[in-house]
Amino acid sequence: MQMNGADAILRSLEAEGVEVMFGIPGGAIMPTYDAMARGTTVRHVLARHEQGAGHMAQGYARASGRVGVAIATSGPGATNLVTPIADAWMDSTPLVCITGQVRSSLIGTDAFQECDITGITMPIVKHSWLVQDASEIPQVMKAAFHVARTGRCGPVLVDVPRDIQEAILDFEYPHTVDLPGWRPPSKVHPLQIREAAARIARAEKPVLYVGGGTLNGEACDELRELAEQCRLPVVTTLMGKGAFPETHELHFGWPGMHGTKWSNLAMNTCDVLVAIGARFDDRVTGKLSAFAPGATVVHLDIDPAEISKLRDADIPVVGPLKQALAELAKAVAGHRVEGMPAPEAWIRKIEAWRDEFPLRYGSGTEWLKPQRLMETLHELTAGNDVIFTTGVGQHQMWAMQYLLTDRPRNFITSGGLGTMGYGIPAAIGAKAARPEAKVVCVDGDGCFQMTAQELTTAVLDDLPIVVVLVNNGYLGMVTQWQDMFFDGRRSHVHLTAQLPDYAKLAEAYGGVGMVVESEAELRPALEEALSLDRTVVVDCRVDPAEQCFPMIPAGAAAVDMVEYEDPVEAAS
Amino acid sequence: MTNKTTLSVLVEDRPGALARIATMFARRGFNIDSLAVGPTERAGVSCITLRVDCEHHTLEQIEKQIHKLVNVLRVTELAPGEAIERELLLLKVTASPDKRAELISTAEAFKGRVVDLGPDAIVFELTGTPEELDSFMELARPHGIQELVRTGRVGMSRASVRRPVRRLSAIN
Repeated sequence: MQMNGADAILRSLEAEGVEVMFGIPGGAIMPTYDAMARGTTVRHVLARHEQGAGHMAQGYARASGRVGVAIATSGPGATNLVTPIADAWMDSTPLVCITGQVRSSLIGTDAFQECDITGITMPIVKHSWLVQDASEIPQVMKAAFHVARTGRCGPVLVDVPRDIQEAILDFEYPHTVDLPGWRPPSKVHPLQIREAAARIARAEKPVLYVGGGTLNGEACDELRELAEQCRLPVVTTLMGKGAFPETHELHFGWPGMHGTKWSNLAMNTCDVLVAIGARFDDRVTGKLSAFAPGATVVHLDIDPAEISKLRDADIPVVGPLKQALAELAKAVAGHRVEGMPAPEAWIRKIEAWRDEFPLRYGSGTEWLKPQRLMETLHELTAGNDVIFTTGVGQHQMWAMQYLLTDRPRNFITSGGLGTMGYGIPAAIGAKAARPEAKVVCVDGDGCFQMTAQELTTAVLDDLPIVVVLVNNGYLGMVTQWQDMFFDGRRSHVHLTAQLPDYAKLAEAYGGVGMVVESEAELRPALEEALSLDRTVVVDCRVDPAEQCFPMIPAGAAAVDMVEYEDPVEAAS
Repeated sequence: MTNKTTLSVLVEDRPGALARIATMFARRGFNIDSLAVGPTERAGVSCITLRVDCEHHTLEQIEKQIHKLVNVLRVTELAPGEAIERELLLLKVTASPDKRAELISTAEAFKGRVVDLGPDAIVFELTGTPEELDSFMELARPHGIQELVRTGRVGMSRASVRRPVRRLSAIN
């Protein structure tokens, strides 16, 4: 069918089954927005900043398991997408970004709103296309979606010059992709499974170290099979949170810098460490050379380049995790039937550590403690289909520690890139993906101010979210580092808890604002916020002195965790 | 100790294919010793020959990271002794009339040839293994090298090699 490039972009999105895209119009993408005005089945959510649009698309992707779509104009529109693209790259979030570009004849001339966005994003995309002829659009769009979601998920970029959006082509959406160089692993080698199963079955102190790849690989059921049938303890990373039910008896916390001590002790003293869609990130391992020194490493991943990138794998298993874990569960269970005992003594040992080193925080002040806030939020939401998103910093780590997540895709956070401001737009995207779920953004006051303008988007596009603001008036994690590692020299971290007035701001954006200044006010406020079907900001004034523990200082070995200690005066 | 390895990388001849490889090297902190690009026997497919100097562990990472790029069809490690490697050198060397004969006979020993002759300089063209080019350069150096360019090596596995070379491939 004859149509212009802009229509072809929309027909391609429709052919891919895209439900919603997030974006902002501008000069070089106007033909495509004009095509939207002429009609499309794809819902468009108008963000207030392209970074917001990008994080919304990420939140949508993470909540739904589908590819997120963001759309922006050339130049500044495109560069505002760079942070979400980098974030999606680090956290392997499937994302298709469509950007307008200046007319082909102007490319390279420093034209108005021109920038080389394919060049700028080259190190942070799986692939990108600068469309040079309108007839390429169907094939490029097909390839873009295919690359974003196959193999290890990630972002791709399609840059379309304005004249190409206006040029006429004969549209037919292809059934196949033409990508001879893109052959992600589709099978698991049986020999690798056999070897891995034998080693895991005879392990006395095994640990399953579960990362976000398990969620991306839709392998959570298979993971549960493996853990339950073979009695294997599980720790989930920040990105893997929700891949295994956190109220399960075999779930043993979270590893790494602000993980729990029992989890880090288990990982660092285990004899077989089974990494599943995890990548030995420095925030998990601490000092790499001291990490899990006695462990035989079995590494399962869809991405061969992750195998032995940081920690040498003794037994690599490359392939789709759904298949790999299903086969592994069967094979290890077979060994159990043949008499290989389950590591019950080891499970008791980790339980004992959990009893010995629980999460602790102080009491006895007038202040609302952020941990108490998280506990209350968890009590009020446990058992319900609630999606949590977060920003980055102390509040994020407390959310990890206290918001026990029992379902996949219900905890959405910026892990690898650590993008402050991720929470609010990601929550809006998650709400667009699963309108029946309650979506709660646990945010810090620093993070909130980076993307708060999207609250208007939530209100106007009927994507209500609850923002629980952990407001300590500081850039809390930086303050904690200054206090712990820079002799307490506070350098430009004080935001003040009162300005802006977050409750008034929420109302200015069209939502509901609430203030919580004490523990007594907390529960009723949260109950009300969760019961309203509106966008709400609950400004919770928490203890600015509270630090996030336990903590592995950067570069230290995981076993050298710093724990919470009661203040001397409180103890006496 | 040097750990130099030659990688032969087949890529789709698409805009940015070379930039993607170069960007990947830069961003991951890998070094490229030399690089040569040209067409192959297949239409639309180019060959990039890369020389890298790194530990075995890094080499494996480099190969996997290159292979992950969407436009890359195949990454082959050319093992020394099992591959033929060649490079082209153009060299402008100072040669007063009384030194010409000496320089020309030296070049002939390396199967080099004179491509231009001026009143007090000669331009030589030399093809050979990179080591041969190194030797010739050293012999010419005392005469005064005015200008020198090398293409970087290209290579392929020998026709007589039975053992399969180390290869990551998306195509047959």
